[in-house]
Amino acid sequence: MNEVANDVAYDVELDCQGMLCPLPILKTKKVIDTMEIGKILKMLSTDAGSMNDMNAWTNQTGNELIYSTQNDGLYTYFVRKT
Amino acid sequence: MSDKPQQRKLALVASKGTLDWAYPPFILASTAAAMGWEVGIFFTFYGLVLLKKDLNMKIDPASNPAMPMKMPFGPDGFKNIDWPMPNLLTSNVPGFQSVATSLMKKTFKSKGVATIGELREMCLDAGVHMVSCQMTQEVFGFKDEDFIDGIEHGGAATFLEFASDADVSLFV
Repeated sequence: MNEVANDVAYDVELDCQGMLCPLPILKTKKVIDTMEIGKILKMLSTDAGSMNDMNAWTNQTGNELIYSTQNDGLYTYFVRKT
Repeated sequence: MSDKPQQRKLALVASKGTLDWAYPPFILASTAAAMGWEVGIFFTFYGLVLLKKDLNMKIDPASNPAMPMKMPFGPDGFKNIDWPMPNLLTSNVPGFQSVATSLMKKTFKSKGVATIGELREMCLDAGVHMVSCQMTQEVFGFKDEDFIDGIEHGGAATFLEFASDADVSLFV
């Protein structure tokens, strides 16, 4: 699963491991704001609630959640800024 | 992101001034702002202390008997013990509140939770409207200079007008 995640090309990486709600979402928003449209963010989280939260956040903001994966408590998200 | 046809709106009342209850309004407000929503928080009664420049909230285990009492340090087995704290102790032992507050702050930090000051700063950066309830401000004797800059003042009508077309309204 990790191999697949590593295959997605990304422009910016954000490490939110060890952070709990709402920090992963707030940090993601801050970084996305600095990115150009079309660029891809890779976000890493250990927050088990982040899967639902990232789905909700991308739904609400219109940013595109391209791919997400979970491996042994590590959640990886790829978001394209729209 | 801004081409979404309609901006959603969150209206919150923050009425509690303890450390634990300071979290829900600031977590919801900062997250809604990060989703591109317009957000307003109306601070009333004990919630007013959340606007103070000098944040000094405490928790009150005596009035929250379900609060888990755990240690933020030591081996996992020790940290997982939920210490039984009879009301006799939580209400009468001098300094218990301060000790419990400091333990909860340590636990929040070690678990990767933002502080209230950080969350409030993020709300201000994101343009969250913060309104002090003028009536309770005067009843409790808080001065404008006790509070952070950038807040507004108003009463029930101010909140109701803001909330009248909100998508989500919550009283905390």
